[in-house]
Amino acid sequence: MSTKVKKPLPVWADVALIPLINILLALFVAGLIVLAIGEDPFEALEILILGAFGYEESLGYTLYYTTNFIFTGLAVAVAFHASLFNIGGEGQAYIGGLGVGLILLALDGILPFWMLLPLAIMAAALFGTAWVAVPAYLQAYRGSHIVITTIMFNFIAYFLMNYLLVDVIKAPAQMSPESRVFADNAHMPFMHEILGWFGIETAATPLNGSLFWAVVCCIFVWIFIWRTRWGYMLRTVGQNESAAQYAGIDSRKIVMVALGISGALAGFVGMNEVMGVHHKVLLNFVAGYGFTGIAVSLMGRNHPVGIVLASLLFGILYQGGAELAFEIPAFSREFVVAIQGLIILFCGALTYMCKPWIEGLFYMLQSDPKPAEKEA
Amino acid sequence: MANTETLVEMVQPESESSPAAINLRGISKAFGPVQANDDVNLSVPKGTIHGIVGENGAGKSTLMSILYGFYEADRGDIYISGKKTKIKNSTDAIKAGIGMVHQHFMLVDNFTVLENIMLGAESGAMLSGSIAAARTELERLEREYGLFVNLDAITEELPVGEQQRVEILKALYRGAEILILDEPTGVLTPQETDQLFKILDSLRSQGVTVILITHKLREIMAITNNVSIMRQGKIVADRKTSETNREELAELMVGRKVRIEIDKDDPNPQAMLLDVDNLTVTDSQGIDRLDHVSFGIRAGEIVGIAGVSGNGQSELLEALSGIQPVSEGSFVLNGVTVNANNPKDAAEIRDLGCAHVPEDRLRLGLVKTFNAAESSILGYHLDPAYNGRILTKPDAIRNHCADLMESFDVRPRDPSLKSANFSGGNQQKLILAREMKDKPSVLLVGQPTRGVDIGAIEFIHKQIVAMRDEGSAILLVSVELDEVMSLADRILVMFEGRIVGEVSGKDADEKTLGLMMANALPRNNKQKQEGQA
Amino acid sequence: MEDLINIAISTLAGTVRVSTPLILCAMAGLFSERSGIIDISLEGKMLAAAFVAAGVAYVTGSAWVGLGGGILIAVGLSLLHGFACITHNGNHVVSGVAINILVSGLTVVLGVVWFHQGGQTPTLPQEARFLPIHFPLAETLSEIPVIGPFYAKVISGHNLLVYLAFALVAVTSWVVYKTRFGLRLRAVGENPNAVDTAGISVTFLRYRAVMICGILTGIAGTYLSVAQNASFVREMSAGQGYIALAAMIFGKWRPVPAMLACLMFGFLDAVSIRLQGVVLPGIGEVPVQFIQALPYILTVVLLAGFIGKAIAPKAIGVPYVKER
Repeated sequence: MSTKVKKPLPVWADVALIPLINILLALFVAGLIVLAIGEDPFEALEILILGAFGYEESLGYTLYYTTNFIFTGLAVAVAFHASLFNIGGEGQAYIGGLGVGLILLALDGILPFWMLLPLAIMAAALFGTAWVAVPAYLQAYRGSHIVITTIMFNFIAYFLMNYLLVDVIKAPAQMSPESRVFADNAHMPFMHEILGWFGIETAATPLNGSLFWAVVCCIFVWIFIWRTRWGYMLRTVGQNESAAQYAGIDSRKIVMVALGISGALAGFVGMNEVMGVHHKVLLNFVAGYGFTGIAVSLMGRNHPVGIVLASLLFGILYQGGAELAFEIPAFSREFVVAIQGLIILFCGALTYMCKPWIEGLFYMLQSDPKPAEKEA
Repeated sequence: MANTETLVEMVQPESESSPAAINLRGISKAFGPVQANDDVNLSVPKGTIHGIVGENGAGKSTLMSILYGFYEADRGDIYISGKKTKIKNSTDAIKAGIGMVHQHFMLVDNFTVLENIMLGAESGAMLSGSIAAARTELERLEREYGLFVNLDAITEELPVGEQQRVEILKALYRGAEILILDEPTGVLTPQETDQLFKILDSLRSQGVTVILITHKLREIMAITNNVSIMRQGKIVADRKTSETNREELAELMVGRKVRIEIDKDDPNPQAMLLDVDNLTVTDSQGIDRLDHVSFGIRAGEIVGIAGVSGNGQSELLEALSGIQPVSEGSFVLNGVTVNANNPKDAAEIRDLGCAHVPEDRLRLGLVKTFNAAESSILGYHLDPAYNGRILTKPDAIRNHCADLMESFDVRPRDPSLKSANFSGGNQQKLILAREMKDKPSVLLVGQPTRGVDIGAIEFIHKQIVAMRDEGSAILLVSVELDEVMSLADRILVMFEGRIVGEVSGKDADEKTLGLMMANALPRNNKQKQEGQA
Repeated sequence: MEDLINIAISTLAGTVRVSTPLILCAMAGLFSERSGIIDISLEGKMLAAAFVAAGVAYVTGSAWVGLGGGILIAVGLSLLHGFACITHNGNHVVSGVAINILVSGLTVVLGVVWFHQGGQTPTLPQEARFLPIHFPLAETLSEIPVIGPFYAKVISGHNLLVYLAFALVAVTSWVVYKTRFGLRLRAVGENPNAVDTAGISVTFLRYRAVMICGILTGIAGTYLSVAQNASFVREMSAGQGYIALAAMIFGKWRPVPAMLACLMFGFLDAVSIRLQGVVLPGIGEVPVQFIQALPYILTVVLLAGFIGKAIAPKAIGVPYVKER
């Protein structure tokens, strides 16, 4: 309890202004890094944006990255709504891809695409969920910390995939640890193919039909969280566990459900990569997308609309960053990873660092102090 | 507890010549609009035990927190042994020779007793020296004050009474000459209480000044030299213990309660809807927070629970509402028996027609970040009225919330406003409206008007009486004695997890209730209840 | 027989080498977590230290200056973590993730710009590294069966930082259990209220703890790039920070058990290379990946409470806000 009665910030400042300031702070520090390596930040920004939109393939690549970030961002967000930190998106995506691969390897010559697609979606979800099931159970019923167990499961996934690809799934006549390529009917159509059906010619990019599924998932998550009783219970547990108990909500079940959905969403990255791009099971196709999901979710304030915007931003950063590395030899692709770290730092760990200043600013601006109306 | 009676006759050293150990002059402290301490003057002679009594929220704890440096007073001065002293934090307090035994112990559970005592008062950078020095000093203290504790025991494995002794030793080890104890007996068994009082007595005889905050008048009479009574932030009276009695203290403590006249007919009790039989709730430390409580509530009556908070009322509400599991005993709700073998969670209890207005609305009653509409279905969120097969019905929920707001005059009347942005009174009205909407056959109400403005209080009281008249059985728990007296048809008084008395609402007077709440009534007229009504 | 002994001894020597950074990081994590600050950024701090140490050692030609640089950057990152978690009550896990990701990107970006070798640092000359130290009589005694080679290869023949790591376990144990600082450190992770009411600053105490954590991860990172290897390679920490975290949990936040867990995990790592394709009697061929995954699996099993309970410091991860 403080002696002075604090006037709360207006909602828009809390929802939009503070995150925006945090992102700008992160980008400002990124700009300093660009200066430190002896380049012009504004020139870099220009190349980055041109690289993300400027030529025919670029938009496709940007949206292909965006697709992955939407999946992992949603995965982190659903868990966050239940006040859980699923740091294991990396492993869940990896195993989700395994599920897709197994089903396609088993049935690709037998079933038509329209039957394979739902099976692949189910496999991705099921395997992703399965990979989070043990950490979820341990969190709900034995009180083990979800953060540590999901980190452990990321590594276990890594070694499991390594084993399976090297010793079990590897195509016999092949050196590298990869499965055989799926039959054509088991490929998710590329976007340039889909557009081609309608007579629109575009450049070939890895962007594929998974983007549609990502949009479906966004809508699903929004509906689930804000328009179903399960979402209601999930948010109640996340916001106030005592109130959940008062309302007769079994928070342990909710933890299982929240993490299960989170794992399934992460698993869809496997679908985008395995079914949509590579058409085979291979090593390390997740490439850090799971961790980026944390930044996406924090930046997008755990809301699907915010997550789509944040995913797009990261898609731009990834694609533009690749272009930047290509154009200016001083830059490497990892520059984007550093920016990602800065965004997590400012949007996640130092979220309210600048709040007192902004409150002070608001106080100064409202030079005639009106009495607080809605004070408790 | 009876053994403590013998201590009343203890010799009481008085040394009026030397300056008072503590002298507080004009201490005031406000939290926002609430004046927690208002021009408090207090003088405690050295080597005495000084009791401070008062109801919940009378300002006792705030005053002691100021003395121990948790808060700074807005106005007023503190004199320690005649010297004006600024106490800005606990370090200053320790330097001034003040030690405090908090209600919740400030101990590191997995430390040994010795480590806990040394913490922050080590004699050097290496522990070995500190340990040796501490052992010698503690053995001296133990002998001197008869405070025996196994220094090598792990703290969390000790019984609560011994943990408290560790706290006392901690203060003495830091050279405390003034010891503040905040509700020290709340967690103790009667035997442990006797032990504590023996220790306090020997501290006094060694010249230590003790301040004892309690609401138990029996203890005040048993051990203190002087007593100050606080009410609404002020000290309303100072008495020499030898010149007062429990009746007077109870009256001073409770003050004159204005019985709010409520237009209320005589009750017309019908069938038994809630029948509680030896209900017991044991906490994780094995203490019975609710201790074999039995009573019944019939349709069309209001049973009020009076008592100083922390005497088992919360556990009673939480056990009956399915939040806390029943350890022993049972209750029958609308014909269904609930006990340890047949537990019911909060949702199942609600389905049995029992609604619950929780004591702590921010912790239990609503979700601060939800909008009013979402909070307005908490606990009823599975009701088909708000749910389709898959989707919720946002319009139905909004309309429901709007209806509740209309019926209980919740302002502002905006279902999409965040719950946290309503004032306390409006939050409370929303919760009451929610819980009373379905006309539950049994209604559990905790602190219905805490933080609610006067106008709303009257409205809420009328609603509760109206529900009774429509045939609900109502259990009302409140620390506001006047509220219980004006609403309840029968009043049960709780003390240390037990029901220690019953009076009918009509005949209740604050003096008798005050004595019962402090468990200070002679034993024979205490336990005559059950069965009537 | 001779062969078997040789294999055993070189496996043990390998265990010591692999365990060293784990031990340093586990001790680092222990200081931080005992004070109540969750630290999953051991990985990032170690990586940053490896990069800076290799770079500085290359530029100055001195392993010691490199060590200083490694420690400085790791302490700097620790202070950043402290600034987020202690001063601003930020989420400890989020802050740790941020540092890990930031470092993983920045080391490569800066490495490419500064050294033009695709993110690697130039190979260090011998004199700019910590080199193996050979104990007296190692050569002479090596003729004695078993004991001789054991002395020469397992006890002797490591670089200074290896011995430092083991010495630091003793020091950590002594600091935590035998000093005033250690007493307060243990207290603040369990019950900061007790520390505060005893007149000790919770904030200052926690900052000191995370700084010690920084120093130790700094040494660990330096070991990777200046002692064990002769240059920085991108992502060279390769999850060892997380293994160390697991080992610390496995050791239940106590120095000596944590060290033993590090040795066990290190042993599993060293032995996994040997076991490639080996058929064990009665079991068959054990996939080497299974042995590599064992540390993580064992940690999960421990966390599940099936082999003793790992009880974290009570106040861990909880921001300390004075209840006023």
